[in-house]
Amino acid sequence: MAQDGAVPNPTREHRIILRYADLPGYTPDIDCYLQHGGYQQLRKALAMDPAAIVAEVKASGLRGRGGAGFPTGTKWGFIDHAKNRKPVYLLCNADESEPGTFKDRQILYKDPHQLIEGMIISSFANHAHLAYIYIRGEMARGARILERALAEARAKNFLGANILGSGYDLDIFVFRGAGAYICGEETGLIESLEGKRAYPRIKPPYFPAALGLYLCPTIVNNVETLCNVKHIVEMGGAAYAKIGTPNNTGTRIWCVSGDVCRPGYFEYDGGAITMGELLYDVCGGIRNGNRLKALIPGGSSAKVLRAGEVYRIRRKNAAGAMEEVEMRLEDLPLDFDTIAASGSMSGSGGIIVMDHTRDMVECLDNLSAFYAHESCGQCTPCREGALWMRKVLDRMTGGQGRPEDPQLLLDLAGQIAGRTICAFGEACSWPVESFVAKFREEFESKAVAKEEQGRLQATH
Amino acid sequence: MVAPEQPLLPGEEVLGPEFERKAEEIIGQYPASRRSASLPLLHLWQEEFGFLSERAVEWISTKLGLKPIHILELVTFYPMLHVRPSGRINFKVCRTLSCALAGSHELFAQIRARCGATVAAGHGIYVSPDGSYSVEFVECLAACGSAPAMMVDEEEFERATIDTVERILAESREKEAAQGA
Repeated sequence: MAQDGAVPNPTREHRIILRYADLPGYTPDIDCYLQHGGYQQLRKALAMDPAAIVAEVKASGLRGRGGAGFPTGTKWGFIDHAKNRKPVYLLCNADESEPGTFKDRQILYKDPHQLIEGMIISSFANHAHLAYIYIRGEMARGARILERALAEARAKNFLGANILGSGYDLDIFVFRGAGAYICGEETGLIESLEGKRAYPRIKPPYFPAALGLYLCPTIVNNVETLCNVKHIVEMGGAAYAKIGTPNNTGTRIWCVSGDVCRPGYFEYDGGAITMGELLYDVCGGIRNGNRLKALIPGGSSAKVLRAGEVYRIRRKNAAGAMEEVEMRLEDLPLDFDTIAASGSMSGSGGIIVMDHTRDMVECLDNLSAFYAHESCGQCTPCREGALWMRKVLDRMTGGQGRPEDPQLLLDLAGQIAGRTICAFGEACSWPVESFVAKFREEFESKAVAKEEQGRLQATH
Repeated sequence: MVAPEQPLLPGEEVLGPEFERKAEEIIGQYPASRRSASLPLLHLWQEEFGFLSERAVEWISTKLGLKPIHILELVTFYPMLHVRPSGRINFKVCRTLSCALAGSHELFAQIRARCGATVAAGHGIYVSPDGSYSVEFVECLAACGSAPAMMVDEEEFERATIDTVERILAESREKEAAQGA
């Protein structure tokens, strides 16, 4: 693997999760991890009351790093251990496959023991004795790295029976997906792990903590989230909550790809850096001397933001009162709440940048092809609608656009979002709605038949 | 999804004791439900024999005490599961936006031309007439920051170019020559 993250960082990057990942000489071996203080937090956690660990995670304000940003401690708190008589499972969602996102892979490949330690602590806190890492099928090498790391951890009794003499038993196994994006949806992931097609489950119950794997209480957390738990145990929830800003505590890993000079992944305290600083100071600006046209701030399903846009953001000022401020795209601090207030979402942290030479109809066609391919097919609006949107966009990029196409796309997207079992309906609709609304003139220009062939779609 | 005109091929695969041992080890990782071992066993079979035959579906379903349809429905759902042999060297090129912006579609066309992968083998795979090479698009390889991304077997290639492809082909030729010598 190329060192795509090993670019110089002139700004205030604060690496907690990626602290060691790119350190020269750092390896995924357990000895290396132990030399860097590994498994100390596990020892500390095993001496704590599980409920106290949950309380620390709640106090930390940690929000899930997989996309939805749900508070981790709250999710954990849904299991009533006093009443529960069933086994509890912990699942690590390592099925990272949201286009634009490539952060979890760095942790899995370069620092697997950090994840394993975070998982053991999280399993202990949630009374789980069996945990699985659901890893993307394409990351076959990552699966082998993890299997080796798990064997190393077992050999040192960090896993298995009576871990470090604590009386606590746990094992963790790796489960490889097989190329289906929908397995990243937590109930789809569970169905897949049960040996079925990954059809997301009907809600309610809204959380697998109520009814998860094998109809037992189940916690599903992202790789980055579980790694954070180790650091929360190390520094304490209150100290962790001081990193970043209220409601956006801790660090976040941002992945930047597309038309920037130096793409890569970067870790910052919540709200500590603006979009402009990340793009221009850290990533070296737009490549080939081009200008920024648009960006997707949180993985391909986030709504697109257009260069030159100004947002009215409601936020708390220093005195704690609500105020409304105007912000340009470049001034947006990178955190969950501000990006949401700009009308999009920070999702998985994957920022895809498009320069001024890009044809937005082609870019959307590319994304729509992804969603049409990845719809699990369970709900009719999504199965038929995602494919229909793709067909309309293919026709437009192929030079056979019709005047009604932009409105047709908006109508289709509006008929899918909110009408499906899982959030895939929104994921495939939001890009369409935002691209057409914000680049209406390009879509109208393509809505007239002319002989041309899309550059991004030319080969199939 | 498998097209109706592509039924599973019959299989005559020979399962050695090592394969059986690995299968049992996998099943042991799912104490609450043998059915959970379905996808791992499909991976195991495909790694060993290259694709999933009718025999694979029968053997795995029998092993897990399931009906064959329970296995077949996975084979037709998950894109990484193949019901036809792909080429001896199978190039997986990322199709999605960041890689497309970095030229993955041009790379795909170059590989097809270089390897003569002209035969459509279903599931979006193009194979060379002699079956040596194949190329397929895949959705997002999670290497968007070092696009375009490509995979050959388990090896991942970032910032891939046709030179990368030439190197892979040359290495393969060298390996074959060494084995033949």
